[in-house]
Amino acid sequence: MKENAGPLIVLGILLLFPWVITDQYYQHLMILVLMWVAIGSGWNLIAGYTGQVSFGDAAFFGTGAYAAGLLAFKLGISAWWGLALGGLMAVVIAFPFGWICFRLRGAYFALATLALNEVMRHIATIWESLTGGMVGILLMQTFVSKIPYYYVALVIAVIAVVTVQLVMQSRWGYYFVSIREDQDTAESIGIDTHYYKMISLCLAAYLTGLAGSLYMNYMSFIDPHIVFSLHDISIMAILVGIVGGVGTVYGPAVGAFVMVTVSELFRTGGFGLVDSVTKAIPYPAVMLAAKYIKEAHVFTFGVLVILVILFLPNGIVGDWPKLRRGLLFWRRQKA
Amino acid sequence: MAYFEVNKVFKHFGGLAALSGVSFGVEQGQIYGLIGPNGSGKTTMFNLINGYFPLTAGKILLEGREISGMKPFRICQLGIGRTFQVVKPLKRMTVLDNVIAAGFLRTESKIEARSLAEEIIEFCGLTRQKDKIAKSLPIASRKRLEITRALATKPKLLLLDETAAGLNPTELDEAVALIKKIRDSGVTIIIVEHIMKVIMTISDRILAINQGVVITEGTPKEVASNSHVIAAYLGEDYSA
Repeated sequence: MKENAGPLIVLGILLLFPWVITDQYYQHLMILVLMWVAIGSGWNLIAGYTGQVSFGDAAFFGTGAYAAGLLAFKLGISAWWGLALGGLMAVVIAFPFGWICFRLRGAYFALATLALNEVMRHIATIWESLTGGMVGILLMQTFVSKIPYYYVALVIAVIAVVTVQLVMQSRWGYYFVSIREDQDTAESIGIDTHYYKMISLCLAAYLTGLAGSLYMNYMSFIDPHIVFSLHDISIMAILVGIVGGVGTVYGPAVGAFVMVTVSELFRTGGFGLVDSVTKAIPYPAVMLAAKYIKEAHVFTFGVLVILVILFLPNGIVGDWPKLRRGLLFWRRQKA
Repeated sequence: MAYFEVNKVFKHFGGLAALSGVSFGVEQGQIYGLIGPNGSGKTTMFNLINGYFPLTAGKILLEGREISGMKPFRICQLGIGRTFQVVKPLKRMTVLDNVIAAGFLRTESKIEARSLAEEIIEFCGLTRQKDKIAKSLPIASRKRLEITRALATKPKLLLLDETAAGLNPTELDEAVALIKKIRDSGVTIIIVEHIMKVIMTISDRILAINQGVVITEGTPKEVASNSHVIAAYLGEDYSA
């Protein structure tokens, strides 16, 4: 019970959050964080625990989003039903893909997922009669307030974290990690590696597709370049996993918070800080610097990942004892 | 018909014949030794039995049932456990978790898998190391872990691939004692070993192969005095 105290307190805070922080902008950011918790947890399951690195999470995310979008767009059924359908559709894509591509090991499997990502994006772009192509899908938002979306996102995030938690304590969890550590050994102790990799992939795809259909409902607009984006979805999923802690239950949750914050920090120029600085010191050099800082968020992602891999190779959660020691040491030095 | 039977097995890697028509039979409860110089095809034989490589030709039968052509996990489920010559621990898991992962083969319940794992760790004498991360173990313990993990799948037949290589004399005696203990618990064993002291003392029968062909088969005494075996190991000059 004691080890669950921390996460339960966080959950309590998250339940109260939209009533305390009423600013829609911060509520929006938290919805994104919660969505990324689900995507990151999915990625962590297949890549972090099972060791089959995926560069193509956007394929599942986009499929989930399009499933929900098309349900409403073509059949006029509320996109909320898409929450049920989105995850399943992602599994429908993941199943044949995994069946064929799990013959590949290591980096070759990762490249196949990258290809899946691109294939799905091209399908969504070219098949205009179904998906509307580059025009995308635009729906009416169901709610004006952010709060309903927030709670749906929270439920999905909790489902994702609890799923990972439960799976990893079971026989499946032991099998996933065995496959990651040594596939030949796993086979030699009677583990059907192909079968269990499929289970892991389908669970991951389900969680990611669920997040995708939430995105469709919440943002109410998607096009192939948004939801099948390699760097905004697939790479971001990897960053969330790595920064938070690969192969840890709460890693993706921490990673999602950090990554959404960092990306927003740069997109908005330090939450408007850069703008006020340029206003205060209106020199061309400062304005130029400000322009570059705002555009540098992808670059900063790169730097952040390098730093994390160098100093916290197990991510924030995985290296938490080390991180805490470092912070304490720093405080003692100051005093 | 023997309990475990290898029938005219061939394995070709491209143009290279690693095994050419090897046959032997193992009776239940035996320790069966497999010897031969480096590159004679001993580990290849294990990889064929275990299903890691497909056979080129021939048959392998356990209790009269053909197992050749099955995948490694299926063969393990049918009751053949193996260790690897180059040890393959599940590195970032503890010793206990390594064994629990194997123990899950025969039970769905985590509690049962755990108690089975603890029992077998105790049996193999790894209790003191059970909470250590597998990659931090010294080589003797890693070899022991290979055996422990294989035993947790409750095999009928256990394949031991050079589990005594690289051990010091004390560790060697312990390894031999462990292998005998496993045999006494009712597991049939096929063992590949270079250390003659070990293989000659524990084997009931020995098969000697060289360059993928059977040289001789018999009791340790018969094999040790066979001129072809001596020729294969020491050269023609000594075989007279």
